[in-house]
Amino acid sequence: MITPKIKVLRSHGIQYIPDLCDVTLSEEFRGRPILTQTDDMTKVESAAKICPTKAISVAPFSLDLGKCLFCGECALCAPENIRFTNDFKMATTKREALVIKPEDERVEFHHEAVRPVVRKLFGKALKLRQVSAAGDASVEMELNATGNVNFDFGRYGVDFTASPRHSDGVVITGPISKAMAEPLQICYDAVPDPKVLIVCGSEACSGGLYADSKAVDRSFLASHDVDLWIPGAPSHPMAFIDGVMNLMGLKHER
Amino acid sequence: MIYYVTDNSAHSVALSDIPEVEYAALYNDLKERLQEQRYHIAHYFATPVGNRLKFYLLLLDDKEHKVMLSSFAMDYYDDVALPSLTALHPQLHPFEREISELYNVEFDSNPWNKPLRFSFDRRNRNSTIDTYPFYTIEGDSLHEVNVGPIHAGIIEPGAFRFICNGENVLHLEIALGYQHRGVEKEFSSTDNRLRQTLLAESIAGDSAVAHATTYAGVIEKLLQSPTNENLIKERAVALELERMAMHIADTGALSMDIGYQLGQVACEALRTMTINTTQAWCGNRFGKGLIRPSGTNKPLTEAKRKMILDNVAEISRRYDEVRLDINSSPTILARFEECGIVPKEEMYRIGGVGMAARASGATRDIRSSHPFGAFAQGYVDHQSVVKKQGDVMARLMVRANEVLQSAEYIRDILNSYDVSEEYSHPDYTSALTPNALSFALTEGWRGEICHVAITDEKGSIETYKIKEPSLHNWLALALAVRGEGISDFPICNKSFNLSYCGHDL
Repeated sequence: MITPKIKVLRSHGIQYIPDLCDVTLSEEFRGRPILTQTDDMTKVESAAKICPTKAISVAPFSLDLGKCLFCGECALCAPENIRFTNDFKMATTKREALVIKPEDERVEFHHEAVRPVVRKLFGKALKLRQVSAAGDASVEMELNATGNVNFDFGRYGVDFTASPRHSDGVVITGPISKAMAEPLQICYDAVPDPKVLIVCGSEACSGGLYADSKAVDRSFLASHDVDLWIPGAPSHPMAFIDGVMNLMGLKHER
Repeated sequence: MIYYVTDNSAHSVALSDIPEVEYAALYNDLKERLQEQRYHIAHYFATPVGNRLKFYLLLLDDKEHKVMLSSFAMDYYDDVALPSLTALHPQLHPFEREISELYNVEFDSNPWNKPLRFSFDRRNRNSTIDTYPFYTIEGDSLHEVNVGPIHAGIIEPGAFRFICNGENVLHLEIALGYQHRGVEKEFSSTDNRLRQTLLAESIAGDSAVAHATTYAGVIEKLLQSPTNENLIKERAVALELERMAMHIADTGALSMDIGYQLGQVACEALRTMTINTTQAWCGNRFGKGLIRPSGTNKPLTEAKRKMILDNVAEISRRYDEVRLDINSSPTILARFEECGIVPKEEMYRIGGVGMAARASGATRDIRSSHPFGAFAQGYVDHQSVVKKQGDVMARLMVRANEVLQSAEYIRDILNSYDVSEEYSHPDYTSALTPNALSFALTEGWRGEICHVAITDEKGSIETYKIKEPSLHNWLALALAVRGEGISDFPICNKSFNLSYCGHDL
């Protein structure tokens, strides 16, 4: 009975990432893009035309990561103007900081926009309640992964709770379906004050492919202030970890 | 002739070739035919055409590997009730419920015509998800347990209502629709084929490859363009990688729920390795960006081919150790065996599909019954994994054996893959065949996925219908927990791991 377990354990070895501040993703990973303005912008025009979520603006040239689904098709259309890097550090406190402009070399985090109470109360531990509001299960699985044996974000006191009563804030995924608008509001109200609000994934940031769908109701976001915007389709676990660590003041990058 | 007979690898069908029959004729035929297990309904839907409501039905014949298409029509404002087929064959319930919800069509003697997903364009706007009357049973010894729509973990929303007798579940009703995004309408309201591809990838994020492959199949049949050998092989590799990743993830989730921590962490690490392999190939852990109609942006290079071969061999070796550990641990077996049983006859009756059906001895597997891609071309000789018991353990063991099987398929395909071959680019612009119906069937990790597109006279997609295997299998979960302790619900649930967004669309 014990031999098979020893075998599993031996093969398993050590899996956790020793330093969550020192992670480089695969070269192929499509993260933060770099834009380059050129004299001839016709290729960008065709890229903007094919973009499934209209995330690209030609004049002035910009790309909205809050809408971008990172399919990478625009970079194939206009390789001289758009290039995706493997940089996962895209979370920010301001929605407008997600709009990338030519020669931007990072997504500004805007530490000054973090409410002082957030770092004072949640700087050492942050318990979150996640609400999936028509998310397609991929962002949800990536959030689950932040606590798994590889990422082990729990080492910084960040966990997801079963009840909103036990949590310090809400993480929303998905474009927010009409049917989830009310449960989301009830859940948010059940979290004791003060609380944080995190929006995870491009679909949650902008509605993504479903921004104009009649089955979606995004009025919650119009009436609540968001503390952290995390783009991605889905957001990589490292994008979430990097953003939350910056929010808590555990790291002061960007 | 009631049916136009075709198969899963043929081109699209001209709408004029699909017989339009009287409902009575179809009803009488299906009444008899569906008693045989070789037949089941892949899709059945209605769509408005002018002042008429046109119904299409796709019937699968597993034995002869044929797909049989038929249709009937009625006046859009007709208020005649059609005799219900669900009353005879419960497998039709999601289809009749959808038709009723969207178009107010009455199905006479349908035992329980409850709304399917409270679609935003439903006829009866007074019927809402938050006022839905759950089924109740009177009795002093009974109590109800309400779960959801928001669940305790990081998962999608759905409402469960248990009626319990003490600790035991007498009845479970599952009410879905919270995830409804209007996916099908988004498909038909755009001609941007890249946007449609991304919509397909978002139907169910854990089956992005399977749904994108199905969409690509639908489009390629409308383009009448042949796909090349390498593209077919790459798609099979991606699909089997997705199957491995999700089966491993669920092995881990089942382990977690019974406190078997070793299996849980080992599977978490192995799933990470699997999806990181997909990421190193295409830049996304879920394979988004990999499957495109008529071509690819991510052809395999020699380095990537080798990387996948090495990783898959390692994952397979280590996963097999976990499987052996499960099989040699009496405390694990005591929890999984004889728990959450769905008998074979019941599975056939409710139209169960995929790995859950195979765990009950119902041999539903599109890879062998209606082969597509690499399975149709003979690059893989597929033998379905089938178990008899129909319990949580059987579902786990189907998964376990399929992980090892998929690893073998990937190895075989990649060993015969020639990286020097030219590859084709995606086609987002060529005109689609007008006035045609195109369907594709794919066996995703959960089971049978069916997409159907109908084009108008200009070749634009007028109607797009999606069927996720979860549409059938949610009822199997509700039946599995009957008589079980309510504390066994989590492992019953995870042994199926059904999609909410794929059901709600």
